[in-house]
Amino acid sequence: MKQNPKKKNSFFEHLREWDEGNFDLTEAAMGELHPPRPERKHQNMDWVHHHLVRMEAREVSFFEHLYPFMAVILAAAMILFLLVVVSEMPAFGRADTPTNTSVVIKRYIGNGLEETGAVNIVAGVILDYRAFDTLGESHVLFTAAIAVFILLLQEHDEKEKQQDLRILKNDLILRKTATVLLPLIIMFGVYVILCGHLGPGGGFSGGAIIGGGLILYSMAFNTGNLGRVINMRSYRIIVLCALLSYSILKCYSFFCGANGLHTIFTTGTPGAIFSAGLILPLNTAVGLVVACTMYGFYSIFTKGRI
Amino acid sequence: MTQILWNSRILCVAVILFAIGFVTLLLNRNLLKKVIGLNIMDTASYLFLTSLGYINGRTAPIIIDGVIEPERYVNPLPAGLVLTGIVVSVSVTAVMLSLTLRLYKRYHTLNIDEIYRQVHLEQEEEA
Amino acid sequence: MNIIELVLLGLLIICGIATCVSRNLMVSLIIFMAYSVVMSIIWGFLEAPDLAITEAAVGAGISSILLFITLKKIHDMRKEDGHEAESEEKEQLL
Repeated sequence: MKQNPKKKNSFFEHLREWDEGNFDLTEAAMGELHPPRPERKHQNMDWVHHHLVRMEAREVSFFEHLYPFMAVILAAAMILFLLVVVSEMPAFGRADTPTNTSVVIKRYIGNGLEETGAVNIVAGVILDYRAFDTLGESHVLFTAAIAVFILLLQEHDEKEKQQDLRILKNDLILRKTATVLLPLIIMFGVYVILCGHLGPGGGFSGGAIIGGGLILYSMAFNTGNLGRVINMRSYRIIVLCALLSYSILKCYSFFCGANGLHTIFTTGTPGAIFSAGLILPLNTAVGLVVACTMYGFYSIFTKGRI
Repeated sequence: MTQILWNSRILCVAVILFAIGFVTLLLNRNLLKKVIGLNIMDTASYLFLTSLGYINGRTAPIIIDGVIEPERYVNPLPAGLVLTGIVVSVSVTAVMLSLTLRLYKRYHTLNIDEIYRQVHLEQEEEA
Repeated sequence: MNIIELVLLGLLIICGIATCVSRNLMVSLIIFMAYSVVMSIIWGFLEAPDLAITEAAVGAGISSILLFITLKKIHDMRKEDGHEAESEEKEQLL
């Protein structure tokens, strides 16, 4: 179907013409048609666009001025509400609150030393009475490591480019300090892990300390020889073995670890290093997972690979 | 009421810190700042939990000299729970930071509004 | 003990607010580290030494290292993009 070029039926065609500056809508309504004026091309549309943008910007800036005040007012209301709740709660530091008079607490403190053999009751709670929670926690850490690997692990062709992105290049002070400090940090971490049942510490804090030491070495020497010890393969083996041994040991203690059944893990003398039954091996397993995962996080974030 | 609040001032500080973390989440468009704000909220709730288990005049739950009276030690349960929480929060931080890096690689900005705008534009182009 | 506790609690709130309002990302990360250290001392006062040692290692150590590395990585990527000056200025405003 052929259309008369002079005749414009569709609204959109009118609009396009007007945008190109061929005529004013007001004049077109009166039936007059002007010749095309190239200098007016897009002028009409630009004018509308300009005004719309200005209106929008004014609205946004008004909202942006209001927004911080609203946020602070909301937070103040939240503080007030929660302070009222706090004032209704049992007082701080009292022994007769429901939290502190629970039967569980008396059992943990009164029988903890006898049943678990751990001098540190918190270690006894998290690795003996509630060891299942800690297994789940290790798996959360492992899952987070897997998620980070999925997101940031890079292909091999990008490896060369990434070499330049190391943190510090041949810093003498950092290297000397790392050489002196690294054995001390690792030793302290191992001490914290091994004495988790005798004092404050345990697998998580000790593993984080060892991971921090490994990160320091890796920062100073740009991975260096550490890459040969901890790579993707050995990381998989260490974490898998640690989690599996944790699960197997804990399964054994679920079946015959309580109520006077015969078990090969005895509580031993409280206070000795080889005591408290399963707590020491479980702490070691958790510490290995945490140390390797912390180093793995650092390595993946800087270089895109372990 | 002022006296009650003064006696449990650590709980009040935990509440205020929670609100500060919330405001950090609301006010900043930068993704790294939002991660820090979430971390502050985490530690505030841990402080609240831990201070519920504190009892005046008692010592940490590490048995000294073989004394096993429950009247001598503070509540060990909140400490065990919060220990789990700290490690979970560091895992969450690592995942959030890796997501931030991926977003920066794709959109070349840390501003959440700008990222949202670009995502919107991409969706419009696809449609 | 009482005065030290009050000072530490005040420091916590000050560090939290400073982290929120500081314009520079690097500064707010360092203040967040200080916040974690103060928090670990307060846990020492609350008779939870396990938590204190874990927070000092994890909160002030590992989390902050991860945040710093992310910031450094983003700076490197920004340099590769080739508009440093403009982005620097932008980052201050963010």
